[in-house]
Amino acid sequence: MSKTITELEEIARKCRVEIVKMVHRAQAGHPGGSLSEIDLLTALYATRMRVKADEPNWSDRDRFILSKGHASPGMYAILAEMGFISHEDLKSYRVLGGVCQGHVDMKWCPGVDFSAGSLGMGLSFGMGCASAARIDKSERRAFVMIGDGEMQEGSVWEAAMAAAHHELGNLKVILDRNRIQNDDFCKEQMRMFDIPAKWKAFGWNVKEIDGHNMAEIMEGLDFLEAPENCQGPSILIAHTIKGGGISYMENNPSFHGAAPNDEQFHQAMVELGEVEA
Amino acid sequence: MTRMAATRDGYGQALLDLADNEKVVVLEADLGKSTKSLHFRKAYPDRTISCGIGEQNMLLVGAGLAASGYIPFASTFAIFTERAFEQMRNGVARPNLAVHLCGSHGGTHTGTDGSSAQSIEDLAVFRTLPNVVVMHPCDDVSTRALTMQLPGLGKPSYMRTARNKTPVLYDGREDEIQIGKGVVLREGYDVAIISCGVLVSESLKAAEALAEEGINATVVDMHTLKPIDGELIDSLVAQCGALVTAEDHNVIGGLGSAVAEYIVSNSFAPLEMVGVPDRFGESGQADEMLEVMGISAPYIANAAKEAISRK
Repeated sequence: MSKTITELEEIARKCRVEIVKMVHRAQAGHPGGSLSEIDLLTALYATRMRVKADEPNWSDRDRFILSKGHASPGMYAILAEMGFISHEDLKSYRVLGGVCQGHVDMKWCPGVDFSAGSLGMGLSFGMGCASAARIDKSERRAFVMIGDGEMQEGSVWEAAMAAAHHELGNLKVILDRNRIQNDDFCKEQMRMFDIPAKWKAFGWNVKEIDGHNMAEIMEGLDFLEAPENCQGPSILIAHTIKGGGISYMENNPSFHGAAPNDEQFHQAMVELGEVEA
Repeated sequence: MTRMAATRDGYGQALLDLADNEKVVVLEADLGKSTKSLHFRKAYPDRTISCGIGEQNMLLVGAGLAASGYIPFASTFAIFTERAFEQMRNGVARPNLAVHLCGSHGGTHTGTDGSSAQSIEDLAVFRTLPNVVVMHPCDDVSTRALTMQLPGLGKPSYMRTARNKTPVLYDGREDEIQIGKGVVLREGYDVAIISCGVLVSESLKAAEALAEEGINATVVDMHTLKPIDGELIDSLVAQCGALVTAEDHNVIGGLGSAVAEYIVSNSFAPLEMVGVPDRFGESGQADEMLEVMGISAPYIANAAKEAISRK
Protein backbone atom coordinates (compact mmCIF):
# COMPACT_ATOMS: atom_id res chain seq x y z
CA MET A 1 0.00 0.00 0.00
CA SER A 2 2.92 2.33 -0.51
CA LYS A 3 2.16 5.53 -2.35
CA THR A 4 4.27 8.62 -2.88
CA ILE A 5 3.14 11.94 -1.50
CA THR A 6 2.59 13.12 -5.08
CA GLU A 7 0.41 10.12 -5.85
CA LEU A 8 -1.67 10.69 -2.72
CA GLU A 9 -2.11 14.35 -3.59
CA GLU A 10 -3.36 13.40 -7.02
CA ILE A 11 -5.91 10.95 -5.56
CA ALA A 12 -7.11 13.67 -3.21
CA ARG A 13 -7.40 16.11 -6.12
CA LYS A 14 -9.54 13.67 -8.07
CA CYS A 15 -11.70 13.14 -4.98
CA ARG A 16 -12.17 16.90 -4.63
CA VAL A 17 -13.41 17.03 -8.21
CA GLU A 18 -15.95 14.30 -7.46
CA ILE A 19 -17.05 15.97 -4.23
CA VAL A 20 -17.84 19.22 -6.00
CA LYS A 21 -19.54 17.37 -8.86
CA MET A 22 -21.76 15.39 -6.48
CA VAL A 23 -22.91 18.41 -4.53
CA HIS A 24 -23.39 20.50 -7.68
CA ARG A 25 -25.37 17.72 -9.38
CA ALA A 26 -27.62 17.22 -6.34
CA GLN A 27 -27.80 20.96 -5.62
CA ALA A 28 -27.60 19.93 -1.99
CA GLY A 29 -25.17 18.36 0.45
CA HIS A 30 -22.13 19.22 2.47
CA PRO A 31 -19.06 20.25 0.50
CA GLY A 32 -17.19 22.10 3.27
CA GLY A 33 -16.59 19.17 5.59
CA SER A 34 -16.01 16.80 2.69
CA LEU A 35 -13.20 18.97 1.39
CA SER A 36 -11.65 19.42 4.83
CA GLU A 37 -11.53 15.66 5.48
CA ILE A 38 -10.51 14.39 2.07
CA ASP A 39 -6.71 14.50 2.38
CA LEU A 40 -7.03 12.51 5.60
CA LEU A 41 -9.40 9.96 4.06
CA THR A 42 -7.15 9.60 1.05
CA ALA A 43 -4.06 8.81 3.08
CA LEU A 44 -5.96 6.51 5.41
CA TYR A 45 -7.62 4.46 2.67
CA ALA A 46 -4.74 4.46 0.21
CA THR A 47 -2.04 3.50 2.71
CA ARG A 48 -3.44 2.05 5.95
CA MET A 49 -6.88 0.49 5.81
CA ARG A 50 -6.81 -3.30 5.65
CA VAL A 51 -9.89 -3.76 3.51
CA LYS A 52 -10.86 -5.60 0.33
CA ALA A 53 -12.88 -3.69 -2.25
CA ASP A 54 -14.07 -6.93 -3.81
CA GLU A 55 -15.12 -8.29 -0.42
CA PRO A 56 -16.49 -5.26 1.43
CA ASN A 57 -18.00 -7.37 4.23
CA TRP A 58 -14.79 -9.32 4.93
CA SER A 59 -15.23 -9.92 8.65
CA ASP A 60 -11.63 -9.24 9.65
CA ARG A 61 -11.35 -5.90 7.84
CA ASP A 62 -10.38 -2.67 9.55
CA ARG A 63 -13.47 -0.58 10.21
CA PHE A 64 -13.83 3.07 9.25
CA ILE A 65 -16.60 5.05 10.83
CA LEU A 66 -17.38 8.47 9.43
CA SER A 67 -19.13 9.87 12.46
CA LYS A 68 -19.65 13.21 10.73
CA GLY A 69 -21.85 11.30 8.32
CA HIS A 70 -23.16 14.34 6.48
CA ALA A 71 -19.68 14.78 4.96
CA SER A 72 -20.59 11.81 2.80
CA PRO A 73 -19.36 13.09 -0.59
CA GLY A 74 -15.80 12.77 0.72
CA MET A 75 -16.47 9.19 1.78
CA TYR A 76 -18.14 8.25 -1.49
CA ALA A 77 -15.33 9.82 -3.50
CA ILE A 78 -12.63 7.80 -1.76
CA LEU A 79 -14.74 4.61 -1.89
CA ALA A 80 -15.06 5.07 -5.64
CA GLU A 81 -11.34 5.74 -5.94
CA MET A 82 -10.62 2.53 -4.00
CA GLY A 83 -13.05 0.48 -6.10
CA PHE A 84 -15.80 -0.20 -3.54
CA ILE A 85 -18.33 1.59 -5.72
CA SER A 86 -18.15 2.84 -9.28
CA HIS A 87 -17.76 6.43 -10.38
CA GLU A 88 -21.17 5.99 -11.98
CA ASP A 89 -22.57 5.27 -8.49
CA LEU A 90 -21.51 8.75 -7.43
CA LYS A 91 -24.29 10.11 -9.61
CA SER A 92 -26.77 8.48 -7.23
CA TYR A 93 -25.86 10.88 -4.41
CA ARG A 94 -29.13 12.04 -2.83
CA VAL A 95 -31.15 10.39 -5.61
CA LEU A 96 -34.07 8.07 -4.76
CA GLY A 97 -32.84 4.49 -4.55
CA GLY A 98 -29.19 5.49 -4.85
CA VAL A 99 -26.33 3.76 -3.04
CA CYS A 100 -25.01 7.22 -2.13
CA GLN A 101 -27.59 8.26 0.44
CA GLY A 102 -27.49 11.81 1.79
CA HIS A 103 -25.72 10.61 4.91
CA VAL A 104 -23.46 7.54 4.77
CA ASP A 105 -25.48 4.37 5.30
CA MET A 106 -24.13 0.85 5.81
CA LYS A 107 -27.33 -0.68 4.44
CA TRP A 108 -27.01 1.14 1.14
CA CYS A 109 -23.36 1.55 0.27
CA PRO A 110 -20.63 -1.12 0.06
CA GLY A 111 -17.63 -0.14 2.16
CA VAL A 112 -19.62 1.96 4.62
CA ASP A 113 -19.33 0.46 8.09
CA PHE A 114 -21.74 2.68 10.02
CA SER A 115 -25.01 4.45 9.27
CA ALA A 116 -24.21 7.94 10.46
CA GLY A 117 -25.88 11.30 10.13
CA SER A 118 -26.68 12.00 13.75
CA LEU A 119 -23.64 13.53 15.40
CA GLY A 120 -21.94 12.07 18.45
CA MET A 121 -22.61 8.43 17.64
CA GLY A 122 -19.64 7.15 15.66
CA LEU A 123 -17.10 6.99 18.45
CA SER A 124 -19.37 4.73 20.53
CA PHE A 125 -19.97 2.48 17.54
CA GLY A 126 -16.23 2.38 16.92
CA MET A 127 -15.74 1.35 20.52
CA GLY A 128 -18.11 -1.55 19.91
CA CYS A 129 -16.15 -2.60 16.81
CA ALA A 130 -12.88 -2.33 18.71
CA SER A 131 -14.29 -4.34 21.62
CA ALA A 132 -15.46 -7.06 19.23
CA ALA A 133 -11.99 -7.22 17.69
CA ARG A 134 -10.49 -7.60 21.15
CA ILE A 135 -12.84 -10.45 22.09
CA ASP A 136 -12.05 -12.05 18.72
CA LYS A 137 -8.32 -11.64 19.44
CA SER A 138 -8.09 -10.01 16.01
CA GLU A 139 -5.54 -7.44 14.88
CA ARG A 140 -8.18 -5.37 13.10
CA ARG A 141 -8.58 -1.72 14.04
CA ALA A 142 -11.48 0.71 14.21
CA PHE A 143 -10.76 4.15 12.78
CA VAL A 144 -13.31 6.85 13.55
CA MET A 145 -13.45 10.33 12.05
CA ILE A 146 -15.23 12.93 14.12
CA GLY A 147 -15.80 16.61 13.53
CA ASP A 148 -14.92 19.43 15.89
CA GLY A 149 -18.45 20.79 16.22
CA GLU A 150 -19.51 17.23 16.95
CA MET A 151 -17.50 17.31 20.18
CA GLN A 152 -20.24 19.49 21.61
CA GLU A 153 -22.36 16.33 21.85
CA GLY A 154 -22.02 14.93 25.37
CA SER A 155 -22.12 11.34 24.15
CA VAL A 156 -18.68 11.84 22.53
CA TRP A 157 -17.25 12.18 26.01
CA GLU A 158 -19.12 9.15 27.33
CA ALA A 159 -17.36 7.17 24.63
CA ALA A 160 -14.00 8.87 25.15
CA MET A 161 -14.06 8.02 28.85
CA ALA A 162 -15.19 4.43 28.27
CA ALA A 163 -12.65 3.70 25.52
CA ALA A 164 -9.77 4.89 27.69
CA HIS A 165 -11.10 2.94 30.68
CA HIS A 166 -11.09 -0.21 28.59
CA GLU A 167 -7.65 0.62 27.13
CA LEU A 168 -8.83 0.07 23.57
CA GLY A 169 -5.54 0.41 21.76
CA ASN A 170 -7.19 -0.66 18.51
CA LEU A 171 -9.45 2.40 18.49
CA LYS A 172 -8.04 5.31 16.45
CA VAL A 173 -9.77 8.65 16.08
CA ILE A 174 -9.06 11.35 13.53
CA LEU A 175 -10.50 14.75 14.39
CA ASP A 176 -11.27 16.97 11.42
CA ARG A 177 -10.64 20.29 13.15
CA ASN A 178 -12.06 22.59 10.49
CA ARG A 179 -13.36 25.19 12.95
CA ILE A 180 -16.77 25.65 11.32
CA GLN A 181 -20.13 24.08 12.11
CA ASN A 182 -23.60 24.47 10.65
CA ASP A 183 -24.54 27.93 11.82
CA ASP A 184 -21.17 29.62 12.16
CA PHE A 185 -17.57 29.31 13.31
CA CYS A 186 -17.26 26.90 16.24
CA LYS A 187 -15.79 29.63 18.43
CA GLU A 188 -19.01 31.60 18.01
CA GLN A 189 -21.33 28.64 18.61
CA MET A 190 -19.54 26.91 21.47
CA ARG A 191 -15.95 27.52 22.46
CA MET A 192 -14.13 24.27 23.06
CA PHE A 193 -11.00 25.68 24.72
CA ASP A 194 -7.95 23.40 24.84
CA ILE A 195 -8.97 20.40 22.75
CA PRO A 196 -5.68 18.43 22.98
CA ALA A 197 -5.69 18.90 26.75
CA LYS A 198 -9.25 17.61 26.96
CA TRP A 199 -8.37 14.36 25.16
CA LYS A 200 -5.18 13.94 27.16
CA ALA A 201 -7.17 14.41 30.34
CA PHE A 202 -9.54 11.67 29.18
CA GLY A 203 -6.57 9.31 28.90
CA TRP A 204 -5.91 9.38 25.15
CA ASN A 205 -2.67 9.55 23.17
CA VAL A 206 -2.78 12.82 21.26
CA LYS A 207 -0.94 14.27 18.26
CA GLU A 208 -1.66 17.39 16.22
CA ILE A 209 -0.94 17.75 12.52
CA ASP A 210 -1.76 19.90 9.50
CA GLY A 211 -4.58 17.90 7.91
CA HIS A 212 -3.78 19.14 4.41
CA ASN A 213 -0.05 18.39 4.44
CA MET A 214 0.24 14.84 3.10
CA ALA A 215 3.67 14.25 4.65
CA GLU A 216 2.39 15.32 8.06
CA ILE A 217 -0.72 13.18 7.63
CA MET A 218 1.47 10.15 7.00
CA GLU A 219 3.43 10.93 10.16
CA GLY A 220 0.15 11.26 12.02
CA LEU A 221 -1.05 7.88 10.80
CA ASP A 222 2.32 6.42 11.82
CA PHE A 223 1.63 7.84 15.27
CA LEU A 224 -1.77 6.13 15.43
CA GLU A 225 -0.21 2.81 14.46
CA ALA A 226 2.91 3.05 16.62
CA PRO A 227 3.12 0.12 19.08
CA GLU A 228 3.55 2.50 22.01
CA ASN A 229 0.21 4.08 21.08
CA CYS A 230 -1.63 0.77 20.88
CA GLN A 231 -1.97 0.29 24.63
CA GLY A 232 -4.86 2.72 24.73
CA PRO A 233 -6.95 4.83 22.36
CA SER A 234 -5.27 7.51 20.26
CA ILE A 235 -6.48 10.63 18.51
CA LEU A 236 -4.98 12.58 15.66
CA ILE A 237 -6.08 16.19 15.77
CA ALA A 238 -5.89 17.34 12.17
CA HIS A 239 -6.07 21.09 11.63
CA THR A 240 -7.95 21.56 8.41
CA ILE A 241 -9.67 24.20 6.35
CA LYS A 242 -13.40 23.90 5.82
CA GLY A 243 -13.93 23.86 2.06
CA GLY A 244 -10.17 23.35 1.64
CA GLY A 245 -9.04 23.47 -2.00
CA ILE A 246 -11.80 25.65 -3.43
CA SER A 247 -10.99 29.31 -2.84
CA TYR A 248 -14.48 30.69 -2.34
CA MET A 249 -15.51 27.83 -0.05
CA GLU A 250 -12.48 28.03 2.21
CA ASN A 251 -13.32 29.14 5.76
CA ASN A 252 -16.75 30.10 4.53
CA PRO A 253 -19.52 28.89 6.88
CA SER A 254 -22.12 29.23 4.13
CA PHE A 255 -20.53 26.26 2.32
CA HIS A 256 -21.04 23.90 5.24
CA GLY A 257 -24.24 22.71 3.65
CA ALA A 258 -24.77 24.49 0.35
CA ALA A 259 -24.12 23.61 -3.27
CA PRO A 260 -22.22 25.77 -5.77
CA ASN A 261 -24.16 27.32 -8.65
CA ASP A 262 -23.07 26.72 -12.27
CA GLU A 263 -20.64 29.61 -12.31
CA GLN A 264 -19.10 28.59 -9.00
CA PHE A 265 -18.92 24.99 -10.19
CA HIS A 266 -16.97 26.04 -13.27
CA GLN A 267 -14.58 28.06 -11.15
CA ALA A 268 -14.04 25.06 -8.86
CA MET A 269 -13.20 22.84 -11.84
CA VAL A 270 -10.70 25.46 -13.01
CA GLU A 271 -9.09 25.66 -9.59
CA LEU A 272 -8.82 21.87 -9.44
CA GLY A 273 -7.19 21.75 -12.86
CA GLU A 274 -10.03 19.89 -14.53
CA VAL A 275 -10.81 22.54 -17.12
CA GLU A 276 -9.03 25.60 -18.49
CA ALA A 277 -10.10 29.02 -17.31
CA MET B 1 -48.94 -21.37 47.56
CA THR B 2 -48.13 -19.41 44.43
CA ARG B 3 -44.44 -18.86 43.87
CA MET B 4 -43.50 -15.16 43.68
CA ALA B 5 -40.60 -13.88 41.56
CA ALA B 6 -39.40 -10.81 39.68
CA THR B 7 -39.13 -10.84 35.90
CA ARG B 8 -35.67 -9.29 36.12
CA ASP B 9 -34.44 -12.50 37.77
CA GLY B 10 -35.66 -14.45 34.76
CA TYR B 11 -33.62 -12.15 32.54
CA GLY B 12 -30.47 -12.63 34.62
CA GLN B 13 -30.90 -16.41 34.56
CA ALA B 14 -31.44 -16.42 30.81
CA LEU B 15 -28.18 -14.55 30.19
CA LEU B 16 -26.35 -17.28 32.11
CA ASP B 17 -28.20 -19.96 30.15
CA LEU B 18 -27.16 -18.26 26.90
CA ALA B 19 -23.49 -18.05 27.82
CA ASP B 20 -22.61 -21.22 25.92
CA ASN B 21 -23.20 -19.17 22.80
CA GLU B 22 -19.80 -17.49 22.51
CA LYS B 23 -21.29 -14.63 20.51
CA VAL B 24 -23.41 -13.47 23.44
CA VAL B 25 -21.97 -10.39 25.14
CA VAL B 26 -23.40 -8.29 27.95
CA LEU B 27 -23.32 -4.53 28.31
CA GLU B 28 -23.94 -2.71 31.56
CA ALA B 29 -24.42 0.88 32.64
CA ASP B 30 -23.74 0.59 36.37
CA LEU B 31 -27.03 -1.17 37.09
CA GLY B 32 -26.09 -4.80 36.56
CA LYS B 33 -26.90 -5.58 40.18
CA SER B 34 -30.41 -4.29 39.57
CA THR B 35 -31.13 -5.59 36.07
CA LYS B 36 -29.51 -8.91 37.08
CA SER B 37 -26.86 -9.03 34.38
CA LEU B 38 -24.34 -9.20 37.23
CA HIS B 39 -24.46 -13.01 37.27
CA PHE B 40 -23.19 -13.10 33.70
CA ARG B 41 -20.55 -10.47 34.46
CA LYS B 42 -19.19 -12.50 37.36
CA ALA B 43 -19.00 -15.69 35.32
CA TYR B 44 -17.87 -14.15 32.01
CA PRO B 45 -15.99 -10.89 32.65
CA ASP B 46 -14.26 -11.07 29.26
CA ARG B 47 -17.61 -10.90 27.51
CA THR B 48 -19.03 -8.14 29.68
CA ILE B 49 -18.41 -4.48 28.95
CA SER B 50 -19.07 -1.86 31.56
CA CYS B 51 -20.11 1.42 30.00
CA GLY B 52 -20.29 3.29 33.26
CA ILE B 53 -23.27 5.56 33.71
CA GLY B 54 -23.51 6.21 30.00
CA GLU B 55 -26.55 4.74 28.30
CA GLN B 56 -26.11 6.52 24.98
CA ASN B 57 -22.63 5.09 24.59
CA MET B 58 -23.81 1.65 25.69
CA LEU B 59 -26.43 1.35 22.96
CA LEU B 60 -23.94 2.17 20.22
CA VAL B 61 -21.17 -0.01 21.63
CA GLY B 62 -23.82 -2.69 21.28
CA ALA B 63 -24.44 -1.66 17.69
CA GLY B 64 -20.73 -1.93 16.90
CA LEU B 65 -20.58 -5.37 18.48
CA ALA B 66 -23.67 -6.51 16.60
CA ALA B 67 -22.18 -5.25 13.33
CA SER B 68 -19.10 -7.33 14.16
CA GLY B 69 -21.01 -10.58 14.59
CA TYR B 70 -21.83 -10.48 18.30
CA ILE B 71 -25.20 -10.71 20.05
CA PRO B 72 -25.21 -7.93 22.62
CA PHE B 73 -27.58 -7.79 25.58
CA ALA B 74 -27.66 -4.31 27.10
CA SER B 75 -29.66 -3.43 30.17
CA THR B 76 -30.41 -0.52 32.44
CA PHE B 77 -33.53 0.86 34.10
CA ALA B 78 -36.43 1.25 31.69
CA ILE B 79 -36.49 4.96 32.37
CA PHE B 80 -32.84 5.36 31.32
CA THR B 81 -33.27 3.45 28.09
CA GLU B 82 -35.36 6.43 27.04
CA ARG B 83 -32.30 8.64 27.39
CA ALA B 84 -30.71 6.64 24.58
CA PHE B 85 -33.81 6.63 22.39
CA GLU B 86 -32.16 8.31 19.44
CA GLN B 87 -29.18 5.97 19.65
CA MET B 88 -31.67 3.10 19.53
CA ARG B 89 -33.42 4.77 16.63
CA ASN B 90 -30.52 5.86 14.46
CA GLY B 91 -27.72 3.53 15.50
CA VAL B 92 -29.59 0.29 16.19
CA ALA B 93 -33.06 0.13 14.62
CA ARG B 94 -32.28 1.96 11.38
CA PRO B 95 -29.41 -0.33 10.35
CA ASN B 96 -31.40 -3.25 11.90
CA LEU B 97 -28.59 -4.37 14.20
CA ALA B 98 -29.68 -7.07 16.63
CA VAL B 99 -28.97 -5.32 19.91
CA HIS B 100 -31.23 -6.58 22.70
CA LEU B 101 -32.12 -3.85 25.16
CA CYS B 102 -33.69 -4.66 28.48
CA GLY B 103 -35.29 -1.98 30.63
CA SER B 104 -35.86 -3.18 34.16
CA HIS B 105 -37.83 -1.44 36.90
CA GLY B 106 -40.51 -0.41 34.41
CA GLY B 107 -43.86 1.08 35.29
CA THR B 108 -45.33 2.64 38.42
CA HIS B 109 -45.07 -0.80 40.08
CA THR B 110 -41.40 0.09 40.61
CA GLY B 111 -42.64 1.92 43.64
CA THR B 112 -41.00 4.08 46.23
CA ASP B 113 -38.26 5.71 44.12
CA GLY B 114 -41.13 7.77 42.79
CA SER B 115 -42.02 9.25 39.45
CA SER B 116 -38.46 9.89 38.21
CA ALA B 117 -37.85 6.13 38.12
CA GLN B 118 -41.30 4.98 36.97
CA SER B 119 -41.10 4.61 33.21
CA ILE B 120 -44.60 4.84 31.76
CA GLU B 121 -43.55 5.64 28.17
CA ASP B 122 -40.93 3.04 27.26
CA LEU B 123 -43.22 0.59 25.49
CA ALA B 124 -44.77 3.40 23.48
CA VAL B 125 -41.57 4.99 22.29
CA PHE B 126 -39.83 1.76 21.31
CA ARG B 127 -42.98 0.52 19.60
CA THR B 128 -42.64 3.41 17.13
CA LEU B 129 -39.28 2.18 15.85
CA PRO B 130 -39.26 0.07 12.67
CA ASN B 131 -37.51 -3.32 13.06
CA VAL B 132 -37.77 -3.33 16.87
CA VAL B 133 -39.61 -6.13 18.68
CA VAL B 134 -41.18 -4.98 21.96
CA MET B 135 -41.93 -7.30 24.87
CA HIS B 136 -43.18 -7.04 28.42
CA PRO B 137 -43.42 -10.48 30.07
CA CYS B 138 -45.34 -11.15 33.26
CA ASP B 139 -43.20 -13.62 35.20
CA ASP B 140 -39.68 -14.90 35.54
CA VAL B 141 -40.34 -18.12 33.61
CA SER B 142 -41.69 -16.37 30.52
CA THR B 143 -39.01 -13.66 30.74
CA ARG B 144 -36.36 -16.36 30.71
CA ALA B 145 -38.04 -18.18 27.82
CA LEU B 146 -38.39 -15.03 25.71
CA THR B 147 -34.83 -13.91 26.41
CA MET B 148 -33.56 -17.35 25.39
CA GLN B 149 -35.22 -16.88 21.99
CA LEU B 150 -33.60 -13.52 21.26
CA PRO B 151 -30.33 -14.78 19.72
CA GLY B 152 -32.42 -16.29 16.92
CA LEU B 153 -34.43 -13.13 16.34
CA GLY B 154 -32.02 -11.40 13.95
CA LYS B 155 -33.38 -7.95 14.72
CA PRO B 156 -33.26 -5.53 17.65
CA SER B 157 -35.54 -5.83 20.63
CA TYR B 158 -36.70 -4.00 23.70
CA MET B 159 -37.92 -5.92 26.75
CA ARG B 160 -39.33 -4.33 29.86
CA THR B 161 -38.89 -6.23 33.12
CA ALA B 162 -40.12 -5.32 36.56
CA ARG B 163 -38.39 -4.67 39.85
CA ASN B 164 -40.88 -6.29 42.21
CA LYS B 165 -42.12 -9.83 42.58
CA THR B 166 -45.37 -10.99 41.03
CA PRO B 167 -47.06 -14.42 40.95
CA VAL B 168 -45.35 -16.98 38.72
CA LEU B 169 -47.80 -18.23 36.11
CA TYR B 170 -45.73 -20.39 33.81
CA ASP B 171 -43.90 -22.89 36.04
CA GLY B 172 -43.49 -25.97 33.86
CA ARG B 173 -45.17 -24.23 30.92
CA GLU B 174 -42.19 -22.42 29.37
CA ASP B 175 -42.72 -24.27 26.09
CA GLU B 176 -45.89 -22.21 25.54
CA ILE B 177 -43.89 -19.00 25.29
CA GLN B 178 -43.05 -17.77 21.83
CA ILE B 179 -42.10 -14.26 20.72
CA GLY B 180 -45.05 -12.68 18.93
CA LYS B 181 -47.66 -15.12 20.21
CA GLY B 182 -50.04 -14.15 23.01
CA VAL B 183 -51.04 -16.84 25.52
CA VAL B 184 -54.62 -17.53 26.63
CA LEU B 185 -54.37 -18.11 30.38
CA ARG B 186 -58.08 -18.38 31.10
CA GLU B 187 -60.98 -19.03 28.79
CA GLY B 188 -64.32 -17.19 28.86
CA TYR B 189 -66.91 -15.94 26.39
CA ASP B 190 -68.22 -12.63 27.72
CA VAL B 191 -65.14 -10.44 27.52
CA ALA B 192 -61.42 -10.77 26.74
CA ILE B 193 -58.87 -9.08 28.99
CA ILE B 194 -55.60 -8.57 27.14
CA SER B 195 -52.77 -7.71 29.46
CA CYS B 196 -49.00 -7.60 29.84
CA GLY B 197 -46.40 -7.49 32.57
CA VAL B 198 -47.34 -6.99 36.18
CA LEU B 199 -51.00 -6.54 35.30
CA VAL B 200 -51.45 -10.06 33.95
CA SER B 201 -51.89 -11.47 37.45
CA GLU B 202 -54.20 -8.53 38.28
CA SER B 203 -56.24 -9.43 35.21
CA LEU B 204 -56.56 -13.02 36.42
CA LYS B 205 -57.78 -11.69 39.77
CA ALA B 206 -60.28 -9.50 37.94
CA ALA B 207 -61.50 -12.53 35.98
CA GLU B 208 -62.06 -14.45 39.21
CA ALA B 209 -64.08 -11.58 40.64
CA LEU B 210 -66.11 -11.33 37.44
CA ALA B 211 -66.81 -15.07 37.55
CA GLU B 212 -68.44 -14.63 40.96
CA GLU B 213 -70.84 -12.26 39.23
CA GLY B 214 -71.51 -14.75 36.47
CA ILE B 215 -69.28 -13.05 33.91
CA ASN B 216 -66.80 -15.31 32.15
CA ALA B 217 -63.65 -13.58 30.98
CA THR B 218 -60.82 -14.74 28.80
CA VAL B 219 -57.42 -13.53 30.01
CA VAL B 220 -54.53 -13.18 27.59
CA ASP B 221 -50.87 -12.58 28.37
CA MET B 222 -49.84 -10.40 25.43
CA HIS B 223 -46.15 -10.47 26.32
CA THR B 224 -45.18 -9.26 22.84
CA LEU B 225 -46.59 -5.81 21.99
CA LYS B 226 -44.86 -5.63 18.66
CA PRO B 227 -45.48 -7.41 16.44
CA ILE B 228 -48.94 -7.66 17.99
CA ASP B 229 -50.65 -11.06 17.68
CA GLY B 230 -53.45 -10.01 15.33
CA GLU B 231 -54.59 -13.53 14.71
CA LEU B 232 -55.28 -13.99 18.40
CA ILE B 233 -57.07 -10.63 18.63
CA ASP B 234 -59.31 -11.65 15.74
CA SER B 235 -60.27 -14.82 17.58
CA LEU B 236 -60.90 -12.91 20.83
CA VAL B 237 -63.20 -10.49 19.05
CA ALA B 238 -65.08 -13.40 17.50
CA GLN B 239 -65.27 -15.31 20.76
CA CYS B 240 -66.01 -12.52 23.26
CA GLY B 241 -67.15 -9.45 21.31
CA ALA B 242 -65.72 -7.06 23.91
CA LEU B 243 -62.11 -6.29 24.87
CA VAL B 244 -60.19 -4.77 27.77
CA THR B 245 -56.50 -3.99 27.80
CA ALA B 246 -54.54 -3.64 31.03
CA GLU B 247 -51.02 -2.32 31.44
CA ASP B 248 -48.82 -0.48 33.92
CA HIS B 249 -47.95 2.12 31.29
CA ASN B 250 -49.40 5.34 30.02
CA VAL B 251 -52.73 4.59 28.42
CA ILE B 252 -51.34 6.47 25.42
CA GLY B 253 -49.13 4.43 23.16
CA GLY B 254 -48.75 1.07 24.88
CA LEU B 255 -50.61 -2.24 24.71
CA GLY B 256 -54.03 -0.60 24.58
CA SER B 257 -52.98 1.48 21.63
CA ALA B 258 -51.49 -1.53 19.88
CA VAL B 259 -54.76 -3.45 20.23
CA ALA B 260 -56.83 -0.40 19.24
CA GLU B 261 -54.69 0.18 16.17
CA TYR B 262 -55.30 -3.41 15.17
CA ILE B 263 -59.04 -3.65 15.70
CA VAL B 264 -59.96 -0.40 13.98
CA SER B 265 -58.62 -1.84 10.75
CA ASN B 266 -59.66 -5.45 11.29
CA SER B 267 -62.31 -7.23 13.32
CA PHE B 268 -63.92 -4.58 15.50
CA ALA B 269 -65.22 -4.79 19.08
CA PRO B 270 -65.74 -2.31 21.93
CA LEU B 271 -62.47 -1.79 23.81
CA GLU B 272 -61.82 -0.36 27.27
CA MET B 273 -58.22 0.59 27.99
CA VAL B 274 -56.90 0.32 31.55
CA GLY B 275 -53.58 2.08 31.96
CA VAL B 276 -51.84 4.96 33.68
CA PRO B 277 -54.18 7.90 32.98
CA ASP B 278 -51.62 10.17 31.29
CA ARG B 279 -50.08 11.34 34.55
CA PHE B 280 -46.82 10.87 36.43
CA GLY B 281 -46.56 8.69 39.50
CA GLU B 282 -45.24 9.30 43.00
CA SER B 283 -43.55 7.39 45.80
CA GLY B 284 -45.55 4.46 47.04
CA GLN B 285 -45.50 0.68 47.46
CA ALA B 286 -46.09 -1.35 44.30
CA ASP B 287 -49.62 -2.37 45.26
CA GLU B 288 -50.43 1.16 46.37
CA MET B 289 -49.31 2.51 43.01
CA LEU B 290 -51.66 0.18 41.13
CA GLU B 291 -54.51 1.56 43.25
CA VAL B 292 -53.46 5.21 42.84
CA MET B 293 -53.20 4.79 39.09
CA GLY B 294 -56.51 2.98 38.86
CA ILE B 295 -55.07 -0.12 37.20
CA SER B 296 -55.52 -2.87 39.83
CA ALA B 297 -57.89 -5.85 39.55
CA PRO B 298 -61.12 -4.04 40.57
CA TYR B 299 -60.55 -1.36 37.93
CA ILE B 300 -59.94 -4.03 35.32
CA ALA B 301 -63.15 -5.81 36.35
CA ASN B 302 -65.13 -2.58 36.08
CA ALA B 303 -63.65 -1.90 32.64
CA ALA B 304 -64.72 -5.40 31.59
CA LYS B 305 -68.33 -4.68 32.56
CA GLU B 306 -68.18 -1.38 30.72
CA ALA B 307 -66.90 -3.10 27.58
CA ILE B 308 -69.65 -5.72 27.81
CA SER B 309 -72.28 -2.97 28.16
CA ARG B 310 -71.10 -1.47 24.90
CA LYS B 311 -71.56 -4.67 22.89
